[in-house]
Amino acid sequence: MSAMQIKFRKALVLASVLVAIGAVTGCHKKASGINPNSLGPAPAAPAAAPTATITADPLAIDLGQSVVLNWRTENATVVTIDGIGEVNANGTQTVSPSNSTNFHLTAKGDGGTTEANVRVTVRVPVAPAAPPPTETDMGSEAAFHQNVQDVFFDYDSYDLRPDAAAATAQAAAYLTAHPAIKVVIGGYCDDRGSAEYNLALGENRANAARTALVSAGVPASRLRVISYGKEKQFCTEENESCWQQNRRAQFSLDR
Amino acid sequence: MFSPTRTSPTRYEKLCGLAALLCLVFSAWSLQAQDTFKTETSSGVSNIRIAVADFKPLSGDPQTADLKRTFDATLFSDLANAGIFDVVSKSLLPQSTPGAPGEISLQQWSVAPASASMVAFGAFSVQGGKIVCNGFLFDAKNLQYPQVLAKQYSDEATDDASRQIAHRFADEIIFRLSGGSQGIAETKIYYVKIAGADKEIWEMDYDGANQHAITHLGTVSLSPRISPDNSRLAFSSLGRDGFQIRMYSLLLGRMVNFQSVGGTNLSPAWAPNGKDLAYSSSRSGDPEIWIADANGSVARRVTSFRGPDVSPVFNPRTGAQIAWISGRTGLPQLYIMDTDGSAVQRMTDGGYATSPSWSPNGQFVAFAWDRKYGPGAPGGQDIYVMEIATKRWIQLTHDGGRCDFPSWSPDGRHIVYANTADGTAAHMKVWTMLADGTQKRALTGIGADMPNWSWK
Repeated sequence: MSAMQIKFRKALVLASVLVAIGAVTGCHKKASGINPNSLGPAPAAPAAAPTATITADPLAIDLGQSVVLNWRTENATVVTIDGIGEVNANGTQTVSPSNSTNFHLTAKGDGGTTEANVRVTVRVPVAPAAPPPTETDMGSEAAFHQNVQDVFFDYDSYDLRPDAAAATAQAAAYLTAHPAIKVVIGGYCDDRGSAEYNLALGENRANAARTALVSAGVPASRLRVISYGKEKQFCTEENESCWQQNRRAQFSLDR
Repeated sequence: MFSPTRTSPTRYEKLCGLAALLCLVFSAWSLQAQDTFKTETSSGVSNIRIAVADFKPLSGDPQTADLKRTFDATLFSDLANAGIFDVVSKSLLPQSTPGAPGEISLQQWSVAPASASMVAFGAFSVQGGKIVCNGFLFDAKNLQYPQVLAKQYSDEATDDASRQIAHRFADEIIFRLSGGSQGIAETKIYYVKIAGADKEIWEMDYDGANQHAITHLGTVSLSPRISPDNSRLAFSSLGRDGFQIRMYSLLLGRMVNFQSVGGTNLSPAWAPNGKDLAYSSSRSGDPEIWIADANGSVARRVTSFRGPDVSPVFNPRTGAQIAWISGRTGLPQLYIMDTDGSAVQRMTDGGYATSPSWSPNGQFVAFAWDRKYGPGAPGGQDIYVMEIATKRWIQLTHDGGRCDFPSWSPDGRHIVYANTADGTAAHMKVWTMLADGTQKRALTGIGADMPNWSWK
């Protein structure tokens, strides 16, 4: 044998080894002959792949309402829905999810596995507390009291004085600029006179302040009125300056 | 009505009506002539002089002495408080303690110094955990047939029971000797107890004994009003949305439903039929008088005028009229109207009038009035009684500090009210007096306000 021939043989062996390696590694499934289908005794023809569909009616609900899931599968032996478990091949199920949910159906059959999805949207009402009112929405407590100042009244009167009209105008401007703010208007009286009459008078005072704010464009739904009469005093001295302190409509943040 | 006689009821009523009218007229005249005066309602008829003997103890039970002491003291003060008796001082009584009709020698009691026209006496014992009490009322001037009244009582051997027995016996005596007027010794007074920042509703006997809490709501509760049948208590309570009418069942011992509405809701008042409740409500913006049923439903508005309308009270005789306080012309004044809102009449001519209470016979309204009220004026809020037919009034309290919330006793002879000597709200006490302004005495310590006398 010539050197040329030896070289050729070496190359041929190398090539056949490479082919053999490639056959074993690269095309393992087809070449290996361990296909489970071919091991099984019965199936002469390859099984059909399963089909699956799932629908939900309605697709969007409010929290607390229910929705009907409806699914159809073919050629499946095991059908499962995530979160529900194993179910019949065809069926319906009423569910009431508390959050928006993907209902994921898996149909496994001899012909393989098929999946189907449906998404149910749950509209959760936005609770007032859910987005916590931030400092920027409400403004600071200090800024509120600087801009929304209590209004004071004359003795046995619930008419707004000129100084009170100016105060409510400023308050209305601030409240218009901060639409997230809700306000409690408390009506107060000095401790002279009768408790019952003063509660009614305090109601009239708080209502006078409320009316002024509503006239200036503040929505009435943001304002709440409570009369305290002479039941909650700011001071207890028996003189005009203290009595004046107590004859007021007081604004505070309604949280 | 203030002055009892022993004539027949019809004649008695005529006499009393005349006497009351006369004294109102005279007092109104004399008040305008002088700053202070005292009304005279006895009008010449002297009170019956009655001797109240200590009862005779008839058992050796160790509880007897204590319970009998309570009984004796209660019977004595009930008769002294009634306003129709001149009760003989205990130091003037004979030494004997008769326990039965055979043991009394009436001459001993009718001669000086006792000089009694009537004698109340009897026996008191405790047997097997029960009080047994025999009470007698004898006419000391009628030696042949002296017995007016003989009663036997039996109850649990407790301090409260011996007080109640004394109240019942006193009411019997008052009924016989007042010309048919029901006694008030078994009535109750509801009031507001001030406890720090909170105010709760309390109950006590008419004489100030047995004070105890009804509500424990931990907030400010005001204006208790007892229903005519003593079953329910309406009042006003501060909640998150302000003052609302609340209802407490004294039979169930708990709060019961009263429909909540918007606005400030105040000062409930029972109609004499026990079914309707008038109160002040600002659900429509301005405080007006509304009438609803006892659950707060089927409410209808009665007044319609800008300004505070508050403190309604029904005419307890007819149920067809309401007296109330309105600030429609400025300072609060006393008004009267029919329950359908018609026939509005202003009763006071000025000053600052509050807290009306209609007398049981329908003739008078008691109220608190500061006639010289104004900025800087010295406070002088006193209790007044006005005769509705004539608008004439008499003043019952003088220079004793601020007075408010008069409430008539069911017999129309007494008025309970709140007074603070130094003007401080926290120092309010509940007082009682005869309806002519005499015999004033405090029933509570400080921190008691807004009394309301039960209907029976």
